[in-house]
Amino acid sequence: MHRLFLFIWLMGVGATPVLAVQPDEVLPNQQLETRARNLSRELRCMVCQNQSIDDSDASLARDLRVLVRERLNAGDTDQQVLDYLTARYGDFVLLKPRFDLQTALLWLLPAAFVATGVLVLIGIARRQPNSGNAEAKLTPAEQARLDDLVGSKNRYEENET
Amino acid sequence: MIAEIGHFALVLALALALIQSIVPIVATRYRDTVVMGVAETTAVAQFGFVTIAFASLITCYVVSDFTVATVFENSHSAMPLIYKFTSVWGNHEGSMLLWVLILSLFGAFVAIFGANLPLTLKVNVLAVQSWIAATFYLFILITSNPFARIAEPPFEGRDLNPILQDLGLAIHPPLLYLGYVGFSITFSFAIAALIEGKIDAAWARWVRPWTLAAWMFLTLGIAMGSYWAYYTLGWGGWWFWDPVENASLMPWLAGTALLHSAVVMEKRNALKVWTILLAILTFSLSLIGTFLVRSGVLTSVHAFATDPLRGVFILVILIAFVGGGLALYAWRAPMLKQGGLFAPISREGALIFNNLFLTAACATVFVGTLYPLALETLTGAKISVGAPFFNATFGPLFVPLLIAVPFGPLMAWKRGDLPGVAQRLSGAFAVAAAAIVVTFAIAGGGSILVPFAIGLAFFVMVGAVTDLAERTSLFRAPVALSWIRARGLSRSAWGTAFAHFGLGVTLLGIVFETHWGAEQIAMVKPAQTLSLSGYDFTFRGLTQRDGPNYRELSANFVVRKDGALIGMMSPSKRSFATREMSTSEAALMTRGFSQLYLSLGDQKPDESVAIRIYYKPLVLLIWLGAVVMMFGGALSLSDRRLRIGAPRPARSKTALQPAE
Repeated sequence: MHRLFLFIWLMGVGATPVLAVQPDEVLPNQQLETRARNLSRELRCMVCQNQSIDDSDASLARDLRVLVRERLNAGDTDQQVLDYLTARYGDFVLLKPRFDLQTALLWLLPAAFVATGVLVLIGIARRQPNSGNAEAKLTPAEQARLDDLVGSKNRYEENET
Repeated sequence: MIAEIGHFALVLALALALIQSIVPIVATRYRDTVVMGVAETTAVAQFGFVTIAFASLITCYVVSDFTVATVFENSHSAMPLIYKFTSVWGNHEGSMLLWVLILSLFGAFVAIFGANLPLTLKVNVLAVQSWIAATFYLFILITSNPFARIAEPPFEGRDLNPILQDLGLAIHPPLLYLGYVGFSITFSFAIAALIEGKIDAAWARWVRPWTLAAWMFLTLGIAMGSYWAYYTLGWGGWWFWDPVENASLMPWLAGTALLHSAVVMEKRNALKVWTILLAILTFSLSLIGTFLVRSGVLTSVHAFATDPLRGVFILVILIAFVGGGLALYAWRAPMLKQGGLFAPISREGALIFNNLFLTAACATVFVGTLYPLALETLTGAKISVGAPFFNATFGPLFVPLLIAVPFGPLMAWKRGDLPGVAQRLSGAFAVAAAAIVVTFAIAGGGSILVPFAIGLAFFVMVGAVTDLAERTSLFRAPVALSWIRARGLSRSAWGTAFAHFGLGVTLLGIVFETHWGAEQIAMVKPAQTLSLSGYDFTFRGLTQRDGPNYRELSANFVVRKDGALIGMMSPSKRSFATREMSTSEAALMTRGFSQLYLSLGDQKPDESVAIRIYYKPLVLLIWLGAVVMMFGGALSLSDRRLRIGAPRPARSKTALQPAE
């Protein structure tokens, strides 16, 4: 029983919200800092539950934030920073997975879903047995009757003027 | 004693649910209307017993009866009464009891207010509803009994997780569950229709109020959850694409699609097979949401339940209902006759477009949420799918949808006139173009996406107004005539316009908050002033005070704009002794629809503190838009034709069912 409470307690502590980015981490160079923040939002805090290192107050997230800033200060491009972190921590660190064989299904699904939907809809529209009904031609008798009615209306209008 | 009464009442509810699961189905076979009527009595009685169970549990919490295990684990005698009350569902066991309470409530509603339903349909719906109820009663009784006692009761409770000690817990879960569980009725209607092999426009009309009600609660529930996260988690975010949030977004997307396809079915007797499928899918997604949250399979910020037995049990329920529902669908749906022909450019076509993109968005969220789990199980590779992925995929799917929103209601049924509709939307186009130009001029270049998004928001809003203006011949006819027409306009037309307008409002809030929000992180010493977006914040030192079950340290800031004092803001940190946890309470100041947001960090020995200041322009529009959407739903729900009753059902049946 005690172990269970300890576990619940630990779970609670993990979720304690405090400040994420600390004032002493902020870079003096405004441009670099903006890039660092943008990169932070794309990187996962690996000990947290679905939080980016920008949001998290875990010490690992702090280390990663400092590391990102170090790399940027050393002159890395954004992509180089991401590559550096992926090489160290694996794909798990990226909140936006790379496009590769493993994630092709994930990335292509939205477009594939819409495309399939459109194809199915076209198929159904073609297959609709009496879709001609909506635009069916009038029989000669109906056409004659219509002409008669329209004609008489026209004659009426002509008489008016 | 009270806990035992609750426990016993729940067992009785299970017994009633089992009767209600079987008897009506058998009775419909023999056409015994008297025995069929049993379902109505049991549905109401079931609700009665679950209410007794729930009330018992509430009593245990309110009187702080720590002999009950869940009370001991989640309550504390010093907690304010409101939190004693809400902590009933601030844990796994209690929240499942709330789940079945709402389930039985909806069942009782069908029994009481379903007078205009054909008896067979009604009792079949109640029977299906009872299948769901019975499995969940069993789940609670076997794996998550909230009434279990402790042999040697302790003196004091372990307190509720401090993050949950908030008014949000009183509002968010009940609303969300009303939405989730409300879709069970739609599901039951769909299954009952498949069992009977009979479905028509009348069915769609009966189902629509339930769908609308569930959708409204879910909309508001999600919005309130988002606002709660926004002010409580302390970093000013309002949507995190957390799996648990996704779990509530998926039924919302499917439910929104269902709401629209049911309109086509009701008005034009078309899209029947698809609507049934959506009804099954929507509730399936609610069940999947329950599974994700309750099983702890995706541990995330929200998860407070981890127990493999529970997970497996819910998985079995999930497979039984989703699999069973879809299998029944695959078997019976081909027998349903399609009806209602229409051209691709028509109101029906527009609603299909809506359905296509909403379900695509839903599928994207679904795959994004479950992909890491599936990949890890299959290949062992660990990847993360987070906010950047969803923003990159969900956004592009929603843009065509939003562009289409103003077109839909202006389109004629059967065959629409696209150039004509575009012409009638010229006002909306003009406003949108103006918004784009103005935004572009003010923002001074930068991304073209932002002005475009603003223009889109205005297009959706003005488009909704255009719909109303067209229907009332505003500006074309005398005002008096427009007034008469406006009064004569059906409430569902007003509802559509409001809901679509709300969508634009939310979008506007999202764009403003995301692109013009400002943030500053700094250490401040007493008397020091920080400036952000034209506001000056002067730190006036720290104060300490004792709350009922916590100690609070507040940092006091005087806020000025252009030198004029506009108020005080005191973000604070609370430390709760029982759980040795602390929470950060952000301070918010509302300025119109915008907010100032202060969040307190650590303090240094020299009295300086770390502080995070945000300026959130028009942020309130995000949730206000959702409220407007919900109001639109309420208007539509109060429509005369839904109150007065349904038309006679169609007489045609499939070959399987002999005529009565």
